[in-house]
Amino acid sequence: MIPGKFEYHAPETLADAVALLGQYGEDGKVLAGGHSLLPMMKLRFAEPAHLIDLNRIKDLRGVRDGGNKVLIGAMTVENDLIAADLLWAKCPLVPEAAKQIADPQVRNRGTIGGDVCHGDPGNDHPAIMIAVDATFVVVGPEGERKLPANGFYLGTYWTQLEESEVLTEIQIPAFNDNTGWAYHKLKRKTGDWATAASAVVLELDGDVCSRVNIALTNVGPTALKAEEAEAVLAGQVVDENLIEQAAQKAMAICDPAEDLRGDVEYKTHMAGEMTRRAIRQAVQRARG
Amino acid sequence: MKKTHITFTLNGQPVEVLVEPRELLVHVLREQLGQTGSHIGCETSHCGACTVDLDGRSLKACTLLAVQADGSDLLTVEGLAPGGELHAVQEGFVQEHGLQCGYCTPGMLIRAYRLLQENPNPTEAEIREGMSGNLCRCTGYQNIIKAVQYAAKKLAEGEVEAA
Ligand SMILES: Cc1cc2nc3c(=O)[nH]c(=O)nc-3n(C[C@H](O)[C@H](O)[C@H](O)COP(=O)(O)OP(=O)(O)OC[C@H]3O[C@@H](n4cnc5c(N)ncnc54)[C@H](O)[C@@H]3O)c2cc1C
Ligand code: FES
Ligand code: FES
Repeated sequence: MIPGKFEYHAPETLADAVALLGQYGEDGKVLAGGHSLLPMMKLRFAEPAHLIDLNRIKDLRGVRDGGNKVLIGAMTVENDLIAADLLWAKCPLVPEAAKQIADPQVRNRGTIGGDVCHGDPGNDHPAIMIAVDATFVVVGPEGERKLPANGFYLGTYWTQLEESEVLTEIQIPAFNDNTGWAYHKLKRKTGDWATAASAVVLELDGDVCSRVNIALTNVGPTALKAEEAEAVLAGQVVDENLIEQAAQKAMAICDPAEDLRGDVEYKTHMAGEMTRRAIRQAVQRARG
Repeated sequence: MKKTHITFTLNGQPVEVLVEPRELLVHVLREQLGQTGSHIGCETSHCGACTVDLDGRSLKACTLLAVQADGSDLLTVEGLAPGGELHAVQEGFVQEHGLQCGYCTPGMLIRAYRLLQENPNPTEAEIREGMSGNLCRCTGYQNIIKAVQYAAKKLAEGEVEAA
């Protein structure tokens, strides 16, 4: 399988990449790790006339300390997220989730930016980004915009990103001492996409849950923010009874597509179970 | 479509090839450069039979454009035994019966080589995780794990001798 014909561009600066995207409009497409795009091009689901490879733009790689924020370059590959001490210290949910993505070879090439922009509901980073309150910095011919992860996803393969925009950086507020987190992902085998997964980030004020985000992977057309489930826990002392109620609320918003990983009922139940487990672990971690 | 000249180092030797942008690295290796060690098992980025070592990282060569390898340092299974003497990972696969049909083996070898560079003394769980991008339809993996353990031990002994 070989992709259709295209012209290849390898700009060395972000400005050049944006200019090329502006020039080619809907005929142009950004290439990051290529581990979603190249398979789609081989199947001719995607046939861009111009491919704009971001791999030679060094500024887009790496994890930086932004004080109360962590700044992740869009072209940082999964294995470099896993190797980043700064992330383990300030936002450990991101590398913990990255370890559950694909396999070592794919993680050497696949980027967080590509995972976030692709818009595949099976991808893990979208729910993680919603759970950690990430902000996406995107640059286009008109300049820079900052978009919250919550609200970025409009539908399957459909995000707020315009055709001529590049995601450059992901900004994540650093966790506090009282932050708890977890990502529970059910998969059939190592390297598989989620049958269902749930990301939880919460803060405890004494025993009271003062803030909570819950987001689900692969049980709807996009990653889903389980707002009613969050409302069950917010301002409360979290116990098993509330965890069960939150899990039920999370299941109520699931609308998974039936496939080889399971039918609608099974996936919905698994999303509930992943949510229970993730809340329990997050509470435990928040207690320290 | 316009072809591009690319150059890279392949198993220590400089090479220059003329490629179309849409050509995948594994095809260029096999068809233009005659290096058929890297196999094509799935072409969908799953099986790892096409694994190569590019600038010190294991990658699936069916999911990389050849133009993207321009300027890189590439090691394929053909480069593992430069003097004809088997590398420890190759010896391990022989000694521990780490293969049956052999189709997955080149990818397994080049991945095991890099895994042991990254982690010279892996636990069994770390080997399973580290080799999880390589599928085998024959062996059931048990002997592949043993082969990697054999190689780890042999490499460690070699270092003791050299020291
Ligand atoms: C075998 C296998 C297993 C996998 N398992 C998982 C898994 O379990 N979980 C998971 O989350 N993913 C999984 N993936 C997908 C993998 O993580 C991809 O790498 C990821 O989805 C896309 O990232 P990429 O860097 O490869 O992007 P590409 O494939 O290069 O691009 C994907 C899309 O995003 C756009 N894009 C990329 N970067 C930018 C940017 N900076 N700005 C604007 N647009 C951009 C591209 O134009 C394209 O439309 C798997 C892939 C494979 C092959
Ligand atoms: S041929 Fe490349 S992963 Fe299977
Ligand atoms: S030995 Fe046959 S596929 Fe592995």
